[in-house]
Amino acid sequence: MRRSINILNNTDWLTVGIYLVLVILGWINIYAAVFDEQHESILDLSQRYGKQLIWIIAAIVLAIAIFLIDTKFYSFFAYIIYALSILLLIGVLLLGEEIHGARSWFQIGSLNLQPSEFTKIATSLALAKYLSSYNLKIKSFQATAWILAIIFSPALLIAIQPDMGSSLVFIAFIIVAYREGFSDVILILGVIMAVLFFLALLLDKLIIFVVIIGLALLVYWMLSRSPKKTFIAAVLIVVPAGLLYLLSRLELIVINSYYIILLAVAVALPFYLIFAYRKRIWNIYLILLLVVGSAAFTFSVDYVFRNVLKEHQQHRVNILLGLESDPLGLGYNVNQSKIAIGSGGFAGKGFLQGTQTKFDFVPEQSTDFIFCTVGEEWGFIGTSIVIGLFLFLLIRLIKIAERQRSDFSRIYGYGVVSILFFHFAVNIGMTIGLLPVIGIPLPFFSYGGSSLWAFTILLFILVRLDATRMELLK
Amino acid sequence: MNPYASRKYVIGGIIILAGIIFLVRLFLIQVVESSYKSTAESNARRIEIQYPARGLIYDRKGEILVYNEAAYDLMVTPGQLQAFDTVDFCRILEIPRSEVIRKIEAARDYSTFKPSIFLRQISSITYAVLQEKLYKFPGFFVQPRTLRKYPGDIAAHALGFVGEVSEEDIEENPYYQMGDYIGVTGIELAYEEELRGNKGRKIYLVDVHNRIKGSYQGGRSDRKAEVGRNVVSTIDAGLQEYGEKLMTKFSGSIVAIEPATGEVLSLVTSPAYEPSLLVGRVRSENFRQLSADTLKPWFNRALMAFYAPGSTFKTVNGVIALQEGVITTASEYYCDLGFHMGGYSVACHMHPSPLDFRGAVQHSCNAYFNYVYRAILIDPKFESTAEAYMNWREHVLSFGFGHYLQSDFENELTGFVPDDQYYNNIYGEGHWNFLTVRSLSIGQGELGITPLQMANLAATLANHGFYYTPHVVKEIEGQDQIDARFLERHYTSVDSIHFAAVADGMEGAVNRSGGTSWRARIADITVCGKTGTAENPHGEDHSIFIAFAPKDKPRIAISVYVENGGFGNIWAAPIAGLMAEKYLTDTISRPYMEEYVLRGVRLDQQ
Repeated sequence: MRRSINILNNTDWLTVGIYLVLVILGWINIYAAVFDEQHESILDLSQRYGKQLIWIIAAIVLAIAIFLIDTKFYSFFAYIIYALSILLLIGVLLLGEEIHGARSWFQIGSLNLQPSEFTKIATSLALAKYLSSYNLKIKSFQATAWILAIIFSPALLIAIQPDMGSSLVFIAFIIVAYREGFSDVILILGVIMAVLFFLALLLDKLIIFVVIIGLALLVYWMLSRSPKKTFIAAVLIVVPAGLLYLLSRLELIVINSYYIILLAVAVALPFYLIFAYRKRIWNIYLILLLVVGSAAFTFSVDYVFRNVLKEHQQHRVNILLGLESDPLGLGYNVNQSKIAIGSGGFAGKGFLQGTQTKFDFVPEQSTDFIFCTVGEEWGFIGTSIVIGLFLFLLIRLIKIAERQRSDFSRIYGYGVVSILFFHFAVNIGMTIGLLPVIGIPLPFFSYGGSSLWAFTILLFILVRLDATRMELLK
Repeated sequence: MNPYASRKYVIGGIIILAGIIFLVRLFLIQVVESSYKSTAESNARRIEIQYPARGLIYDRKGEILVYNEAAYDLMVTPGQLQAFDTVDFCRILEIPRSEVIRKIEAARDYSTFKPSIFLRQISSITYAVLQEKLYKFPGFFVQPRTLRKYPGDIAAHALGFVGEVSEEDIEENPYYQMGDYIGVTGIELAYEEELRGNKGRKIYLVDVHNRIKGSYQGGRSDRKAEVGRNVVSTIDAGLQEYGEKLMTKFSGSIVAIEPATGEVLSLVTSPAYEPSLLVGRVRSENFRQLSADTLKPWFNRALMAFYAPGSTFKTVNGVIALQEGVITTASEYYCDLGFHMGGYSVACHMHPSPLDFRGAVQHSCNAYFNYVYRAILIDPKFESTAEAYMNWREHVLSFGFGHYLQSDFENELTGFVPDDQYYNNIYGEGHWNFLTVRSLSIGQGELGITPLQMANLAATLANHGFYYTPHVVKEIEGQDQIDARFLERHYTSVDSIHFAAVADGMEGAVNRSGGTSWRARIADITVCGKTGTAENPHGEDHSIFIAFAPKDKPRIAISVYVENGGFGNIWAAPIAGLMAEKYLTDTISRPYMEEYVLRGVRLDQQ
């Protein structure tokens, strides 16, 4: 059942207001970031700040246009939009312009469009459509597979461009799936994998293997509550490992230390399995699976890191983990960014007084590193306000999502929250040196038509959906 | 109701948590940590030092001795480097790639943000080519400098040279910074503060490519450079050059002083080097070679060599004896081809005997001055030889011996006049007497006198008993007068009436037949001179001569040392005569004497 409602009366003007404030703050900071005495007017169209104004006006036009489109359009065409965006991603790989070594852009006249930005919207819609489909068993294998496919197909295509930053954004959709009841086991596995990923890079594999085995024994002890069985299990693995170690010390065999552990596990594994099968204790299977899986994962992370990641990507991760310190080499960006933000102090240097951003010490100061200008010129006060605005917007959007009557709208709302949050967290985390340098823009702030329009569309579809939520009778 | 609705709190929690982590982190780097601010400042500021031109040095007649030539130092700021075309870069600068890498590493070791010198003193031609392409090499810029130039390439030791400041210099005086130049020796050192001027600075705001974006604080912190002041030295370029020419074949020194002022007319030390060898990129190689030279061209013999004065010292002992009243100018002593007393003998050469004071000076009679010195030391006014000796020593010190003259040569040395303790330590108190120290009577033995002190003696004799502290700078631009210590007369403890007889004797030595110093004779001008021969245990004796001329109103006083030159009249006397004539008349009346000196071969060895 539906009823008609006055859209403007039900529009969440608070969200629209925060949006406008963020966009205008972004524009002012772009002006400050690339300020040039020869082009003093903020309206100078030859400069980025002049162009950004055009993008902003166009974005507002887009927002109004979205208000004119009926809400049913989105849920009805969700899959088609998604399919089109996938086609665009394939198209850009074949026909796109290569800029900075990535085939991410369509060049239409003087306008560069980045389809990956818009794919986020399409994926949000498609995910909302799928998750809201009637009688979906979200924990089923089939549903899980579909969900992961919807999320990661575009991510994969974007990764090929290669644009790792934009590709990683799709991880954020896990939040949506989680909200809708996606298996928390998978999330926990995800967290374990993330932890193992970093440990694999930070620590020696040998240590990780030993710790995993130790943990597994500990878990078994807690589950079985039998010190004797735990001891036998330990002996099963320690004795072959000790023997191998002895042999290698006596130089009878030549073997790498962590192969000793792997072989010991291989020797012990059949005994464990037989024991588990006889006693019908399924937990043991689970523990064994985790041990083997973790070991394999650690091993493959190590392998991927060394053999698959490009050198500059390895460096970025290494710098973040503190394994490399090279303030003038690859750490330069983050270092300069921290200097710029740090030099702002509590109250900042004042509008247009920043030297680090304006004089190009900070790279990409109007796009990915726009937050540096905020930090340098407006100080801690400015950065707190911007972070406050984002937090307020995100919480507000959660509230909006939760008050939707249709599942589609709610899930789409979480899609918006997830995307904005990921961008916000990764972008600012990067500029203050908490996360590796992943080149993704700060929503509404960063210079650039594609990203501003994409975020505007993303947000205003939700605002539009929200404005007519009462049409749907429950 | 949606079964998983509670998960919204988890999601909201994660978002809030991220926000809090960010705020804490921002608080730490923006409010707590302060190092970012200074880093940011040094990041964006470029201080450009404005090097003032160093003052010029003129000779006493206004001829330029030292001037400046533009040079360019290529600077590098390692933090602002970007990948650049090393092939092109190396081709322009004509250096190998490995050197580029090494120099950048070295600069990085010094500082990443502060510029350091990448390549010093590139030529103006290279500079012109480089300037065109400098934009292609971010992190590099050119710093104009000046190099010292020496048109006559003379007077290396008097002028001294400039070099880069050492770490001690920087520690001592914060004015200096890495890479600055400072006077190391000679006038360059003594008048460093006047010559250097004052550095100025301009502070620019620069972007990451080191492109100037504007001035810092509207130029309020900028300082204008003050140009270094010019200095007029007392050196006579013509005389200096002539002196250096005369000494080509010898080791030794010539010091000429204007007695009426103490101005040093020439300061020749041989062997020397051309000052231009120490300029530019050839400097370090030449520096090494000069240091390795066994003839020690670095060693400024005129200021630093201690020689025994030999017979020239008879003039000093003579006037002291007259002053003490132990002899008169009429006193005569016999000379039996030497002085013989108490089993000791001091040989003398063939000359009329007995001689009076003037004759003894003219003939340089050893016996006479042994008697004179004996008379000084056994003077009944004093209770002991030691006391009489110390009284004599006081007189000697008043001539400028045994202590610094306080000239403006920073590396002058004191010389050595032993005190009674010196002999007490050797022979025991009361166990030495005139016979023990008799060699002092003819200027041998323990005395150590520098050629500068010797020239000062010549000036003192010329002035009949006083001297002005020798100095090498006459005028400083923007300063009414030179240091007051150079305008003050230093009287010896001997009254001026006693000097006339010495002057007569010295006149005779040069001009009368039987005089010891005939090779110093010049036409129409009365030269007063005294030969000396310093005993040299290591080889041939040193040839010494002091002189002043003309006898009345002397305008030049000279000391000449020729190492291993033998008797004073062989080399030192003719050189002194030529120098005096050159200075006084600017002509040489005895070309054969000049030729003899320039050939540097003794007549008896031809």
